[in-house]
Amino acid sequence: MPSLRGAEAAYPFLINMPANIFPARFEFLDEIREMVAEVARVGGFSEKAIYSLQLAADEAASNIIEHAYEGESDASLYVTCDVKGDEIVIAMRDTGKSFNPKSVKEPDLKADLSERQIGGLGVYLMRKLMDSVHYESTRAGNLLTMTKRKE
Amino acid sequence: MEITTQEFKHCDLIAVKGRVDSATAPQFAKALEKATDNGRFKLAIDMSELEYMSSAGFRALLATQRNCKRYNRGEVVLVRVPDRIREALELAGFTELFKTFDDPVGAVGSF
Repeated sequence: MPSLRGAEAAYPFLINMPANIFPARFEFLDEIREMVAEVARVGGFSEKAIYSLQLAADEAASNIIEHAYEGESDASLYVTCDVKGDEIVIAMRDTGKSFNPKSVKEPDLKADLSERQIGGLGVYLMRKLMDSVHYESTRAGNLLTMTKRKE
Repeated sequence: MEITTQEFKHCDLIAVKGRVDSATAPQFAKALEKATDNGRFKLAIDMSELEYMSSAGFRALLATQRNCKRYNRGEVVLVRVPDRIREALELAGFTELFKTFDDPVGAVGSF
């Protein structure tokens, strides 16, 4: 897959990291969460942080499968996960439709039951669970990079 | 994910085990719909053996709570919510939308 310049500059090690390739289907979310948990556990993250990382990765991957690929069944999702110092970096690449999480309106958490929005929750959780969520879209594809520091 | 439903006179106790994510949430939603389709709108969801729930599961809970509370005919309450899941529900602002109980007897008795 062609590399993406912006993220390389921010996280140069990403290009040297082998990405795990997953079929872009919901049945593989389990494996993506397992991969993230394994890296985080070895990296010394707490069980609480590991749950947060798994949830953020799941929400990110679910959004890519649902919105970028729109359910296209033979698409692939490239996932890289690594700990550098006290920070974990999760990167996901896809070649689907560009999707900007920034365009997703923040859900109103004070809205009562009848007005509560169903959409946008995944992106909101990603932002809350991670220290940074960065998204970029080029002709080569989309790259989502999320980071979290150890508490 | 595994779901077992126990019918009581005044409510259904629905135990959900394992993991609810985008892959399994449709099955979870279906189980909840099955209850409401049968006119059961007082639902206690036992989460004690739930390991994981993503926003896909939260959406199913929200849709069911809306359906159940319509015409004041019932309510969804959550039972024995594991810490990690409770924290995620709090982050999503869902804890204000659901009563929670520490034991199933209390939940069933509340209806």
